[in-house]
Amino acid sequence: METIITLLVGILVSVATYLLLSKNLIRVVLGTAILSHAVHLLLMTMGGLKIGSVPILGDQVETYTDALPQALILTAIVISFAVTAFFLVLVYRTYQSTGTDNLYELKGSKDE
Amino acid sequence: MNNILVFPMVLPIIAGVLLLFFRSNPNIQRWGSILTMIVVFLISLWILQQVMIQGILRLDFGEWLPPFGITFVADAFAMLLVTASSLVSILCLLYAAFAKDEKREHFFLYPFLLLLVAGVNGSFLTGDLFNLFVCFEVMLLASYVLMTLGGEKKQLTEGIKYILINILSSWLFLLGMAYLYGTLGTLNMAHLSVRIAEAGQPPLLTTISILFLVVFSLKAGLVLYFWLPGSYGALPTAVSALFAALLTKVGVYALFRFFTLLFYHEPSVTHTMIGWMAIATMVGGSLGAIAYKDIRKIAAYNVVIAIGFILVGLASFNYEAIQGSIYYLIHDILLKGMLFLLIGTVIYVSGKTRLDQASGLIANYPLFGWMFLIMLLSLGGIPPFSGFAGKLLIGQGAIGAQEYVMVATAFLSSLFVLYSLLRIFLNMFWGETSIRLKDQMHLSKGTLAPLLILAVLTTGLGLGMGILAPYVSEAANVLMNPELYIEKALNHK
Amino acid sequence: MRENDVILQTVSKIAVFIILTFGVYLFLAGHHNPGGGFIGGLTLSSAFVLLYLSFDVETVNAGIPLDYKKVAALGVLIAVLTGMGSLLFGSSFLSQTFAYFDLPIFGKTELATVVLFESGVALGVIGVVVTIMISISEDV
Repeated sequence: METIITLLVGILVSVATYLLLSKNLIRVVLGTAILSHAVHLLLMTMGGLKIGSVPILGDQVETYTDALPQALILTAIVISFAVTAFFLVLVYRTYQSTGTDNLYELKGSKDE
Repeated sequence: MNNILVFPMVLPIIAGVLLLFFRSNPNIQRWGSILTMIVVFLISLWILQQVMIQGILRLDFGEWLPPFGITFVADAFAMLLVTASSLVSILCLLYAAFAKDEKREHFFLYPFLLLLVAGVNGSFLTGDLFNLFVCFEVMLLASYVLMTLGGEKKQLTEGIKYILINILSSWLFLLGMAYLYGTLGTLNMAHLSVRIAEAGQPPLLTTISILFLVVFSLKAGLVLYFWLPGSYGALPTAVSALFAALLTKVGVYALFRFFTLLFYHEPSVTHTMIGWMAIATMVGGSLGAIAYKDIRKIAAYNVVIAIGFILVGLASFNYEAIQGSIYYLIHDILLKGMLFLLIGTVIYVSGKTRLDQASGLIANYPLFGWMFLIMLLSLGGIPPFSGFAGKLLIGQGAIGAQEYVMVATAFLSSLFVLYSLLRIFLNMFWGETSIRLKDQMHLSKGTLAPLLILAVLTTGLGLGMGILAPYVSEAANVLMNPELYIEKALNHK
Repeated sequence: MRENDVILQTVSKIAVFIILTFGVYLFLAGHHNPGGGFIGGLTLSSAFVLLYLSFDVETVNAGIPLDYKKVAALGVLIAVLTGMGSLLFGSSFLSQTFAYFDLPIFGKTELATVVLFESGVALGVIGVVVTIMISISEDV
């Protein structure tokens, strides 16, 4: 199972890399979103997928799944949610004020 | 239980959130934020004293004992940096309060500045790797907002690049953390250090450490500094000063923590690499600093050079060099703030951003001109000012470690710092004045006050290095002897 | 272009109450079961987002005159201050406690201080999510 998920992470990263390298700003934003999801999956896989029961104290349960990676992922998801939302608004504002969403036209100032 | 440790992070958050409710009243925003930072500064001075008396302090959040809970660990190194960054943020806020940029103030300039400081202080204090990530993100999110606040075209386009590069480095950070958790099964820094020492840092762990080296190099601007000059040039003065003073230093702090506390077993790989990266940074920064005529670019490349210089201390990895780095880090936090405030003021009074477009400013603003001279001498490391002790000790340490190439590059880069800033001084301050006296912009006392305080501080720190000496040697002692940190950060009283 | 969205509006008028109830349930269930402030807050905010989707911004704002930025700020403030609250009782930052009380209707009930913190989280989530949604959709 871990192997399959790791392969999935690899696929997601390659998709995200492809999107990040494109000129279109919206694709870049989507690329960052996929990139962060890939690493969340990786975090979960590295913590071990399912080895026991739900990590809530109960009666007849002997082993528990490690809860830490899930807590980490929840935090990381919240952060990446905020960053993606901010990035999306920023890209939209940039599109409004510059009239383009092409990264090549957003290069630095002319005297460089 | 040392609940006081959480105040340098929590007070700015509370104040920042409270200020959101006073959007319409800029005076409450200005003075409320300054007052908060003064309180934070006094608290961190007090904690620093306590650390000197009682040794390293620790706070377990929610009374979850380490390595399971999140902890804040305050050693002398962290507290020195918290104190210095609180001090410089007071002065930047003071400058912002007198600059009265009402458009930005209306869109929550001060709350975000306070959140930025909260993230920075949290990153210095935390003893947990994941919490370090969270504090980094608090700081970065605040910096994204500050970067784009005002919505000028240049800010937006530079902001996109800045955010993209930081998302990427945060991604690498999470990646490194996943690998580290997968191999070692813990994220508490002291506990990590114990487990790495038990495993003897095999090649797998060294590889992971290099991943972290890349992450923090991106944040600190070590070799990977290409994003830095453009984005720092697009910012308003007070914000750029705070960015230059704090953001890169957090990356440097993380590098020091990682490669003295966690990955110190294979210095021939990691520290040699840091050494070459530091050399490359200094060379690149020096070339940038003399290549441009835009004074904001020159200032930004000076930030880069200093990062390389500080990391020479880490690469040499002995007691003197680390001590020198700590001195230089404190000096650099204060002086980079001052440099950017001065550069911003030069642009404000002359209306020009290129050094050949204005001249003779010292005739119009004598006090301001002399402060610029003090700043440039101090950054160049000329004896009576605060840069000297750090440079001397880093040099001694690097010679002790027989890293002669690094020593040579480091001191050559100091000459480039001096030359690039002198060029600004000679072109813009010396010579025939280009602004007639009746046309000159009024420079209020309030704007000059933070600059004057910084000038006094750099002179005072230079003359009174003895005051800092016990703190710095304690900090270097903990960095060189990780077992001191581990003992205090893991014990269950 | 104004579309005829009678069905959406009628359904969402009822669905919003179901979602809100479910959100409150998730929020309260969170102490021992899956749920809690973050998830409850997300569910609650999805009700608000549904309202904004099916009616236009002006109508909803007239009905619920809230500045969501301030809701988020209030949430963060509550969360941090409840963390600080444990300082007053001489425990570490963010410590929590619970006790059993005999309440009139519910009988023996467990009340935990963590609910106060979670309510801050929930308010923060609602405020942030709705602010983001409104600011993205404002001038499309």
